[in-house]
Amino acid sequence: MTHTKTSKADNHPPDFAPILAAANRIILGKPQEIRLAVACLLAGGHLLIDDLPGLGKTTLAHTLAALFGLDFSRIQFTADLLPADITGVSIYDRGQSSFRFVPGPVFAQLVLADEINRATPKTQSALLEAMEEGQVTSEGETRRLPRPFFVIATQNPAHQIGTFPLPESQLDRFLMRIELGYPGRDAERELLRSGGRRLAAESLTPLLVATQLPALQEAVAAVHAADPLIDYVQALVEASRQNPAFRHGLSPRAGLALLAAARAWAWLAGRDMVLPDDVQAVFPAVARHRLLAAHGDGMAAAGDIAALLAGVAIP
Amino acid sequence: MNQKRDASLSREQPPWLFAAAIAATAPHALAQPLWLTAFAAVLFAWAGWLWWEDRRLPGRWVLMVLTVAGNLAILAEYRTLFGREPGVALLVMFMALKLLEVRHRRDAVVVVMLAYFLLLTHYLHSQEIAVGLWLIVALWLVTAALTRLHAGPIERRENLRLAGTLLLQSLPMMLVLYLLFPRISGPLWGLPEDAHTGRTGLSERMNPGSIAELVTSGEVAFRVRFDGPPPARRLLYWRGPVLEDFDGTTWQRSSRRLTEEVVQADGPAITYESTLEAHGQRWLLALDAPLALPEGASLDGRLAAIVARPIDSRQRFRLRAATAFRFNLQEAPATLTDNLRLPTAGNPRARALAREWQRQARAPEELVDLALRHFNREAFHYTLRPPLLGRDAIDDFLFRSRRGFCEHYASSFVFLMRAAGLPARVVSGYQGGEFNPLDGYLVVRQSEAHAWAEVWFAGRGWTRVDPTAAVAPERIEQGIVSALPAGEPLPAFLLNRADWLRDLRHRWEAVNNTWNQYILGYDGERQRQFLSQLGFINVDWRLLATLLGIAGSGVLATILLLNLWHRPRLDAARRLWRRAQRRIGLNCAPQETPLAFAERVRRTDPALAPAVDAVVRHYLLARYARTDPEHLAALRAAVNRLPRRRIV
Repeated sequence: MTHTKTSKADNHPPDFAPILAAANRIILGKPQEIRLAVACLLAGGHLLIDDLPGLGKTTLAHTLAALFGLDFSRIQFTADLLPADITGVSIYDRGQSSFRFVPGPVFAQLVLADEINRATPKTQSALLEAMEEGQVTSEGETRRLPRPFFVIATQNPAHQIGTFPLPESQLDRFLMRIELGYPGRDAERELLRSGGRRLAAESLTPLLVATQLPALQEAVAAVHAADPLIDYVQALVEASRQNPAFRHGLSPRAGLALLAAARAWAWLAGRDMVLPDDVQAVFPAVARHRLLAAHGDGMAAAGDIAALLAGVAIP
Repeated sequence: MNQKRDASLSREQPPWLFAAAIAATAPHALAQPLWLTAFAAVLFAWAGWLWWEDRRLPGRWVLMVLTVAGNLAILAEYRTLFGREPGVALLVMFMALKLLEVRHRRDAVVVVMLAYFLLLTHYLHSQEIAVGLWLIVALWLVTAALTRLHAGPIERRENLRLAGTLLLQSLPMMLVLYLLFPRISGPLWGLPEDAHTGRTGLSERMNPGSIAELVTSGEVAFRVRFDGPPPARRLLYWRGPVLEDFDGTTWQRSSRRLTEEVVQADGPAITYESTLEAHGQRWLLALDAPLALPEGASLDGRLAAIVARPIDSRQRFRLRAATAFRFNLQEAPATLTDNLRLPTAGNPRARALAREWQRQARAPEELVDLALRHFNREAFHYTLRPPLLGRDAIDDFLFRSRRGFCEHYASSFVFLMRAAGLPARVVSGYQGGEFNPLDGYLVVRQSEAHAWAEVWFAGRGWTRVDPTAAVAPERIEQGIVSALPAGEPLPAFLLNRADWLRDLRHRWEAVNNTWNQYILGYDGERQRQFLSQLGFINVDWRLLATLLGIAGSGVLATILLLNLWHRPRLDAARRLWRRAQRRIGLNCAPQETPLAFAERVRRTDPALAPAVDAVVRHYLLARYARTDPEHLAALRAAVNRLPRRRIV
């Protein structure tokens, strides 16, 4: 590690608590999920939210965009959505007698891809390629997407009618996958009393400006991971490959994702070093959608993930 | 715990079990009845098809009916369910049936264990190199099936590598046990009687054709290694049963007890080691004439060496002999009378010829010359396929067919000598052998079986006369292959005279012999030799047990040390962290993070919490922050401030 990087990491933002607190005021009773979502953003990865409709997925995306001062666009995925509806099209400009590219909704800093599994695989892959490459190639011309570029995709449970579940290879492109779940009793009561949260989310004042985010992401990437911590990540990845509950183990890319997410988690806790606790905290969100259950054709069971964590000694 | 699902098998596991089961049972197809092979093959195929189609395995009732039917069939085939053959047949059937009820890991483990056991049973049939090689491969496959059960979903190649590594790791222990485990003479599991049926070899009776039949077998009778240079081929007479009683067609060994031989060596003594294949009889087939015998062996009064028990497994003996010798210059009158005895009637022409010679001859030696000259001058042929002889077999042979093998010549010669009043008898055994230049062993096959004659002269004792040499001297000088005309039914591999083929055969036989001598033949004697080379003189079971203990512990200790060596050594922070836990008598679980541990202490033991918090804080810094010696010093100080509390 160079000295400059160290100083950058030490150069902590005042506090992330206000941002988290503001978000928690909008999404009630889900501090852990919000923290994971923020960590995902800080780690420079994309987020997949998996849940039934009406549990606040879209609200969470709005909230994050507003708080981080990111320009926001939303794509509602439907069965008839075409790739060009996402990436943009060239239109003939009569005045200039030439084609002019009209950027699609993907040209935004925070893209909410709502109900991504309602679109056909072809359309899905247009977005997912943009996520992977950070650029869009349309009609032979490559156009860079804005920086930062953060995708929050929501998806309904796969067994719902009219859905195209994302294939494994596509799932791997999301750094984390979280579930929101039903709100707690108190949170739900509060929600019922004060009404829906979508409007409140849109009227939030930004606590950061978009230009700050790349620097923050760089600082997160510089959080120190000592050799014993790397050993731990490696042990977890290896254990996933030996575990009969899963069809395949975690890939090296998943190992990198795990470390990146743990760094962000550590940084959110105000630490300049990753601890095993950070790895354990993000492991289910990072690993579960990348592991297939050995029996049946679904994702690994949450219990198996917990058992995997419990079965690996911390080096 | 999700026990039920854990215990069930994944889709990728059964093929390994099939492979292991087939590898472990396939060679038995050569020995067991055809219907059993077919039965097992059908069950294997059924199990494989069910797996392929992902169908339900047959129910309990179907299996029960199959089991009962199989048992009854085996009972009908062997008339018993006990013993080697039916036992193996039962195991093969169980294996095939078990594959039809492999549902859980427990069943799979049963299949694997059964396969291991079945591997052992192949040695009951054969201990050849090919079997050994097959079993190594099969052992590998069975072990791979076992690792596939336990190692989780891993690649096929990776799994084979894992199983191979396991087997290689067991090699040192295997060598220690092989070299040092006390050797029991005879097979460990006491082969039942049927192990020795159908063995070829000399018998104690000889009639025209019996040796010719033996000669068509290319099987090895024994192998010999001489300490010095091997004697000339024509001197290599290996003595088997001496046949004295004649009933007109068959020569038999006499059961009379004779006094001890007196042998006088006229030449240098030759020492050699002979490795006899099992032949089910007591003959040692020693080189004429034996001067010194191994322990437990004796002479039968006719210079034939015998051992106390039939030779039922390959055995090694050290012997000394002299090829120039004189034997029983004095002989008991009763023995001489016995060796003049002929049937009262039959073969009149032979008797007349003998009487004619008796009149001509001035000395007994001349009788022998006359007879040999007769065989040599008249148109006698040496052949393995003589025509059938009539009732007066000797007359028929001497005056009509004149075509015969060694037993015809020996038999008629002895008849003529007795009829002419000279004590004579037939000696059966082997003559010659094939010298393998690669390993220096002389290989004597059944095809070298021979019969010759022995006559007694006053003043010279029993003297060997080989009438076959008078008809076909090549038989004695060069061996059976050169002596017989083309087209005789000798084993094909002996007849082939291409040099490269013979060279190849020599090579293969040398390898085989090495295997027999050093791997299979590693007996108590070899073990003693091996240990005496290491400096241990008095080898008894106590020494063996001690050595076994030392060497076994040595191997285990080496493995342990290697493991310790490869284990990441604890760094200073980790050691201090351990010490802190010992000091307060609490343990941080392997998967528990230090922060979680601190939290637990806060809940369960608030008084201790501040000190533990400090330790945890410094430990995390020392272990997970950038390296800084101050962190370690702070951690050490914090640990030393911990109160000492031990679990009582």
